[in-house]
Amino acid sequence: MEQFAPVKRSKDGQPVRYLIVDDSVFARKNLARMIETFGGQVAAEAGDGLTAISEFDRTHPDIVLMDITMPQMEGIEAAERIVQQHPEARIVMVSSVGYQENIVAALQRGARHFVQKPVKPEVLYEVIKYVMGEDGAVAQSAGAGA
Amino acid sequence: MKMELIQPFINAADAVLSQGLHGRTKVNNLTMEEDAYRRKGVAGMIALTGDIEGRIVLDLEPQTAVRVASHYAGAELPESDSLIKETIFELANQVVGNAISALNDQGFKFRVHPPVLLTADQGDGSSEDVEALMIHFETAMGDVFMNVALRHNPQRMKEHAVGA
Repeated sequence: MEQFAPVKRSKDGQPVRYLIVDDSVFARKNLARMIETFGGQVAAEAGDGLTAISEFDRTHPDIVLMDITMPQMEGIEAAERIVQQHPEARIVMVSSVGYQENIVAALQRGARHFVQKPVKPEVLYEVIKYVMGEDGAVAQSAGAGA
Repeated sequence: MKMELIQPFINAADAVLSQGLHGRTKVNNLTMEEDAYRRKGVAGMIALTGDIEGRIVLDLEPQTAVRVASHYAGAELPESDSLIKETIFELANQVVGNAISALNDQGFKFRVHPPVLLTADQGDGSSEDVEALMIHFETAMGDVFMNVALRHNPQRMKEHAVGA
């Protein structure tokens, strides 16, 4: 897999920490591999929306990558609940169901961005940089600080 | 079965497979399936309900399924690994998700059901009002089969006509 210039947290130069939420183990593994190539760190994983909420409270990740169609609680509802409790949460919806209605609903309920599956690493990387904004910094080379 | 319903699934499968498997895919064959569906290997089925109803089966011969799952996993997987099933499910989800995104933007509303593993060697075939189409994709990692059986939901179409 292609390597990207690491995106670090501006405040302390530490890797960006991610919560990956998807009911598919395959999808979680795939996203985790991409995150590694961005110089990030997986803080936690969850297989449904309810677990995502508790994992967010436990780990306070910098970014949440959230699927939409999941058992127990769907991703849009989980995103809304997380943002209600933590308005600073940066949630990126990652779903194969990318019709306009869904995207608008996700953004209206607190998600910051939407990436359609199959995820292209270069697209997700750009979205991560955009969503981190000034709180993220691209290091010059792998392993370098911010 | 109307081609306008099928085309988004063919386009989505082509895009998902060529991107995921890092190589060109080719639609080798497209046939109507009149007999009962015969499973080729690891097959994931996703049902759709709503304005259009039916099911999509993504079916990979066992060795192809292992190669594809190993490619995604970045490591050689044994044939028994549960990740193989997960991989086929996720690919089927991506194909269906992409296709219904295109159809939804044309005004069709759906519910997508979670994928299930087809274990029987033989499944449903065509019926009077649901024709099944088999699409055979050639990929760098082997043959991938997609069986699509869809129809407009007559009740929902009536409701739309009344509401229009």
